[in-house]
Amino acid sequence: MSAEVLLSVENVSLRFGGVKAITDVSFDIRKGEIRAIIGPNGAGKTSMLNVINGFYHPQDGRITFRGETRAQMRPYVAASQGIARTFQNVALFKGMTTLDNILTGRTLKMHKSFFWQLLRHGPALREEIENRKFCEGIIDFLEIEHIRKAPVGKLPYGLQKRVELGRALAMEPTLLLLDEPMAGMNLEEKADMSRFIIEVNRHFGTTIALIEHDMGVVMDLSDRVVVLEYGRKIADGTPDVVKADPRVIDAYLGVAH
Amino acid sequence: MVRKMQAKRPQVNAAHGENVLQPAARNTDGIAPPRDLDTFPKLLRRNAMTRGALAAFRYKQLGVWQTWSWAQAYDNVRALAQGLYTLGLNKGETIAIAGGNRPKLYWAMTAAQMLGAVPVPVYADAVADELAYVLENAHVKIVVAQDQEQVDKVLSVAAQLPHLTRVLYDETRGVSDYDDTRLVNLETLIEAGRAALAGDARLAAAMDARIDAGRADDASVILYTSGTTGRSKGVVMLAGRCVAAATGTVAFDGITERDEVLAYLPLAWVGDHYLNYAHAFVAGFCMSCPESAETTQQDLREIGPSFYFAPPRVFEALLTRMMIRMEDAGTLKRRMFHYFLGIAKKYGADILDRKPVPLSGRIAYAFGNILVYGPLKNVLGFSRVRVAYTAGEAIGAELFSFYRALGLNLKQFYGQTEAFVYITVQNNGAIRSDAVGPAAPGVDIRIAPDGEVQFKSPGMFASYFGDAAKTAETMTPDGYIKTGDAGFFEPGGQLKIIDRARDVGKLHDGALFAPKYVENKLKFFPNIKEAVAFGDGRGFATVMLNIDLESVGNWAERNTVSYGSYQELAGNAQVYDMIEKHVDAVNRILASEPAMAASQIRRFLILHKELDPDDGELTRTLKVRRGFIAERYGALVDGLYNGADAADISTEVTFEDGRKGIISARVKIRDMATHAGSAERAA
Repeated sequence: MSAEVLLSVENVSLRFGGVKAITDVSFDIRKGEIRAIIGPNGAGKTSMLNVINGFYHPQDGRITFRGETRAQMRPYVAASQGIARTFQNVALFKGMTTLDNILTGRTLKMHKSFFWQLLRHGPALREEIENRKFCEGIIDFLEIEHIRKAPVGKLPYGLQKRVELGRALAMEPTLLLLDEPMAGMNLEEKADMSRFIIEVNRHFGTTIALIEHDMGVVMDLSDRVVVLEYGRKIADGTPDVVKADPRVIDAYLGVAH
Repeated sequence: MVRKMQAKRPQVNAAHGENVLQPAARNTDGIAPPRDLDTFPKLLRRNAMTRGALAAFRYKQLGVWQTWSWAQAYDNVRALAQGLYTLGLNKGETIAIAGGNRPKLYWAMTAAQMLGAVPVPVYADAVADELAYVLENAHVKIVVAQDQEQVDKVLSVAAQLPHLTRVLYDETRGVSDYDDTRLVNLETLIEAGRAALAGDARLAAAMDARIDAGRADDASVILYTSGTTGRSKGVVMLAGRCVAAATGTVAFDGITERDEVLAYLPLAWVGDHYLNYAHAFVAGFCMSCPESAETTQQDLREIGPSFYFAPPRVFEALLTRMMIRMEDAGTLKRRMFHYFLGIAKKYGADILDRKPVPLSGRIAYAFGNILVYGPLKNVLGFSRVRVAYTAGEAIGAELFSFYRALGLNLKQFYGQTEAFVYITVQNNGAIRSDAVGPAAPGVDIRIAPDGEVQFKSPGMFASYFGDAAKTAETMTPDGYIKTGDAGFFEPGGQLKIIDRARDVGKLHDGALFAPKYVENKLKFFPNIKEAVAFGDGRGFATVMLNIDLESVGNWAERNTVSYGSYQELAGNAQVYDMIEKHVDAVNRILASEPAMAASQIRRFLILHKELDPDDGELTRTLKVRRGFIAERYGALVDGLYNGADAADISTEVTFEDGRKGIISARVKIRDMATHAGSAERAA
């Protein structure tokens, strides 16, 4: 992990009408780190991710990604610049197979025209083979060979989450945003998912920002943690520092002191 | 078909058991293979020369089937042998193979054999302790591990292994960060060996000389038994005998180079080494390795093997899944399925056995084949299967005839590791579910006065590695091997196995009690996964049962019975009612057989946890370890016999990640009525 900042959020505020979702939040994500965003329900964690990848447009503040500062991001721009994400409620194409779902993550890497692709010939075919190979690498990495051809709608939840991670990885992201990657998983599935997250981070050097409620997982995985409450940042630092912060204990962990 | 062995089998001197690598007496039988084809490396060389371009191995990598021809396989095996030689592997030393079915792991076996070293395949799912026992017992010098999981296990017990010098690994994922100096990448080693052989003609010539130097009486492989009772033993096989045995059965079933198998059985099990490895080398056909254990079913469908083996439980699981799916199918499909299944049951087996069948029956069956049987076999991957075998456990008559009715030529053989492997095998057209066939080619069988089956076979083992006493115990003075199974020959000439000779006991009143016989009858019900019967030295018979979670779970879903875990479902009163009906049905069957009527089940319980090899309750080949279970669940056994309607138990369990925990439960016990049969003892 280097100290180089990949993304920084400065004084961002987001309002929906009169409701303040995020108020004056600043933090940064360093290149190569695993950064966790935690907080009680409704603290604005998912809104924060949505701001980062341009789905929501904050009223105030600036976002700097890879040295480029902008007030607003757009999802398409975010994706093409290398920000990929997974969703709190799995957002896959239920009727499509695992392989096809992961292939959709390669859309931005496919450059041949629709016409060529329709013919499945020449350069378009070569391109498709290239991308299929890449996706097979991901399938191998995530150990989901056995569900390659299975429609994802029929898969257990834990596997769907894994497929969704696969689709995000297919984009070869610089920054990977994971919204509750382990929600609803059993212990074994959580252990698997943690292993994948660590491997993605170490072997591909992908920077990861994740929202997660399982404190054990968060404290184990993350290099640094930012804590939100009612849309405001209340703590920021290494897991040890955050764990010891009385405000965090008070607000989030709910332990009297 | 049955040939009696004329020539005398060389006797294995018990003293040689200490050191297997000392040549045993020369194999001088008429069926011994020719000098230039009596080891696996020699067969590989022959295959590379005579059918070099044909496919030898297949493995699916990144979603695409990769194929290696016999010529390429030979080249790779030589390169790996050279690599192993530079690592200091010498004639007579042992090398363990730990992992799933992968071409490279098979090559490692042949490469070791090329050097005169002895491969020891081990079960990929063995826990570190079991692995340590085998590696230590076999004096393993090098381990070839498939992946990080195996490497981790080996390294975790390396301190107990004084002979271990190197750990080779195939899949680099996760292992590349390790800085243990004993680790060597398998691919790197193969490439280095290839370069060395290409660069120096003398090395290549020396390798040729080593292949030529291989002898029929060299130890070829050490296969560890599953250890139904106590620690497993290393069974030493001799090269010439392995080849001779496989040559016999290849001829028996007319297996050729055009056949094809999916090699999905555990490497350490004799079935894989025989039916896949030995058969493939002798006949020259292609072994396809599944992408992973979970994809076996899909790979089976893609490869479409022509020779297939599965233990009865696999056929049973397939049938259960099939029936569950059909319950969910639309009315038309379901009706069609059941209608044509009726036709198949009526005519299918006769058509398969080429017996006379009325024309109307043939026409109906042909329609069924187009509409139901064909598509069904296609989904199961059985479309091209010419010969299918099952063995290892008794198979239910219903189950057996179901597959035969569909037109699958399913046969039984009876064998064991020490025989490598066939002892009896059924001929086409003379198939039955309750017997295992006449003696296999070249096998001589006799029934000892106490009912034990004894045999001599072409592939019979040389000794247990480093255990002369055990070897001597297993052999009769005149060179027969004791199977430990009790059995007899049917009037039709087929062998019928009752139980392990040792397990056949007596009830208080002196009536015969064969626990496995009772257990098998119970296990034929799809809802019952495992059964453990008690009764030896007791007043009456009782059983502990495991329900089948898939089958009973499906039933629960249909009947809106909610449950959170196996334990909860197993304790459910409705489940007990259902199982009680099954037990009652078994009692009726037992009552109708004079010899078994006394073995009717008086009391039963459903265990609160599934029996698991990780807890030592089953062997790695999933056979029940009855003695161990009786001890571990002593409180429950007491409950079965003290008349209580429930018993408390708490046991330690091992989780998949190796951690241990305690589960406790109160298990209900039910009383059963017995039926009056031909015997007068009705309860």
